[in-house]
Amino acid sequence: MATHSNENLLSISQIHKRFGRVVVADGITFDVKKGEALGIVGPNGAGKSTLLNLINGNEPLDSGDIIFQNESLNSLAPAERNHKGIARTFQIPKPFADMTVFENVLVGSTFQGKRVNHKQASEIALESISRAGLEAFFNTPAGKLRLLDRKRLELARALACQPQVLLLDEIAGGLTDSELPILLEIIRELNASGVTIIWIEHIVHALVSVVHRLMCIAGGELIAIGKPEEVLENSKVIELYLGSDFEVGGVA
Amino acid sequence: MTKLYAVTRGSKLNKVLPVIFTALILALAVLPKFLAIPYQVKLVQAFILIILATMWNLLAGFGGLVSIGQQAFIGIGAYALVYLADVQGLNPFLALALAAAISGIFAFPLSFLVFRLSGGYFAIGTWVIAEIIKLFVVQVKTLGGGSGISLAAFSGMGRETRIAAIYWSALAAIFLTLLSTILLMRSKLGLALTAIRDDQTAAGVLGVNVLRNRRAVFVLVSVGFGLAGGLIAMSNLRVQPDDIFSVNYSAIMIFMVVIGGLGTIEGPIFGAILYYFLQDRLKDYGTWYLIILGLLGIAIVSLAPEGLWGWISRNKFSLFATKYRVSQTSKEEGA
Ligand SMILES: Nc1ncnc2c1ncn2[C@@H]1O[C@H](COP(=O)(O)OP(=O)(O)OP(=O)(O)O)[C@@H](O)[C@H]1O
Ligand SMILES: [Mg+2]
Repeated sequence: MATHSNENLLSISQIHKRFGRVVVADGITFDVKKGEALGIVGPNGAGKSTLLNLINGNEPLDSGDIIFQNESLNSLAPAERNHKGIARTFQIPKPFADMTVFENVLVGSTFQGKRVNHKQASEIALESISRAGLEAFFNTPAGKLRLLDRKRLELARALACQPQVLLLDEIAGGLTDSELPILLEIIRELNASGVTIIWIEHIVHALVSVVHRLMCIAGGELIAIGKPEEVLENSKVIELYLGSDFEVGGVA
Repeated sequence: MTKLYAVTRGSKLNKVLPVIFTALILALAVLPKFLAIPYQVKLVQAFILIILATMWNLLAGFGGLVSIGQQAFIGIGAYALVYLADVQGLNPFLALALAAAISGIFAFPLSFLVFRLSGGYFAIGTWVIAEIIKLFVVQVKTLGGGSGISLAAFSGMGRETRIAAIYWSALAAIFLTLLSTILLMRSKLGLALTAIRDDQTAAGVLGVNVLRNRRAVFVLVSVGFGLAGGLIAMSNLRVQPDDIFSVNYSAIMIFMVVIGGLGTIEGPIFGAILYYFLQDRLKDYGTWYLIILGLLGIAIVSLAPEGLWGWISRNKFSLFATKYRVSQTSKEEGA
């Protein structure tokens, strides 16, 4: 597992968010170190995806602070946060349906924070697509892709942004036993190359085989954060999420 | 295994078409020598409709900015032309180019006003702006007030020469607008707009500054609307505030773009041509004209929701080389 620095890249402090009566972030506070891989688990409706929305700016905060590289993100739009180096995938893919896979990914490489010329943007797009395993679909309209390939497209587009932090929202669901290790390898490689990862996933054994730390949220509250094996043994985490008969199986 | 890929724009079809288009433009350019005056006048009307549809589609179909107030810029262009040509005494063709530019200059500050609104409020807001500009123009005596103003710049010219001159201006205008539209859609701005068209949220997340790109397209299309307005003033030889600032322009533009195909370059061109023939054939039938137009609109929208062009092309090909194609150029076997 790659080691990471002690420098805080992202600090989430006392963030609150509610949708009407539903509290989805209730004073969540945590830091993410540069180069770290952090896993997020929690029951359905816990507020996991919303947390990513708050970090990348798709949803405004009710209160609290999100600090990235010592700078507050609170007033920045999603595009500006992207330019600072934050990329994400969507749990429910959001392809540009009438654009080809290549064009979809080209959007990511063209409008990222780093200035690239058209040739470089094309090369980054081609490489990201190959990496995400979509080589067979360069010229396919994204709206024609199956769900699994749409998830791959999410990953390819995010990779094309050449981010410092990659926010992943359930990209492993539905992969076969032979496909899953490939995805894990991609994410490990990215992390090893210095990209900070924040990854929501219900496939716990896959998640803990990659991340340095694990965090559990439920009902908008941070239940536990720390070493994966410790979090998985936490009694509240077992009660609220895992269930008493849970065992970390597979590759963990 | 290393694979090498080549990225190209457009298809084989797109290599042949520029030749055909050039031939078409050249043929159209020599037409006044052979074509009776009424037909030249009709072509000018068709050219103006195509420009209007193309501009409204860039705004709404790509930028997602559904406006019903773009007659504001048609009016600004028309009045600017008359003012520059008659009051300032400029060459009318130079005045036409300047009128287009002036319309774009007006659009920039106005964008800050209307961009505070979104969705339906944006649409209504643009209409309100158009009405306010009209009310303002009506107060200006040099512009003829409420009864409008005639264009005198062509009065020294014979009818035949004048119509041909206007025809060539309109031809140049449509050529430039279509060429700019294609170049625009091939540019970074075009990529951003296409992404915004398909999914605004995803575009923002991928770093596309939605607001800035929308502002850019809003200003650019206003140049086109101003150009169309100037041409309308030239061909009518008269500008009247109630006509030139009429919301009917918006209704017509929506009709042309929706039946042709929203969010494609080709659709609005087809839609404009179809609309031109319909109104030319049916305008003498009074209310029936509107009823038939309405029924046709409903039929097309429900049978072919992607418009005529979507139905013809089935999203398989496009006339203009804007699509990217990736092809494999070599394949080395190895590690
Ligand atoms: N834009 C929104 N408006 C209103 N309610 C919302 C919105 N987004 C999320 N919610 C609600 O907030 C709660 C948390 O949703 P969120 O998507 O963050 O959960 P999650 O932890 O990602 O769940 P899952 O594991 O099912 O993906 C849910 O009850 C959801 O219905
Ligand atoms: Mg979720």
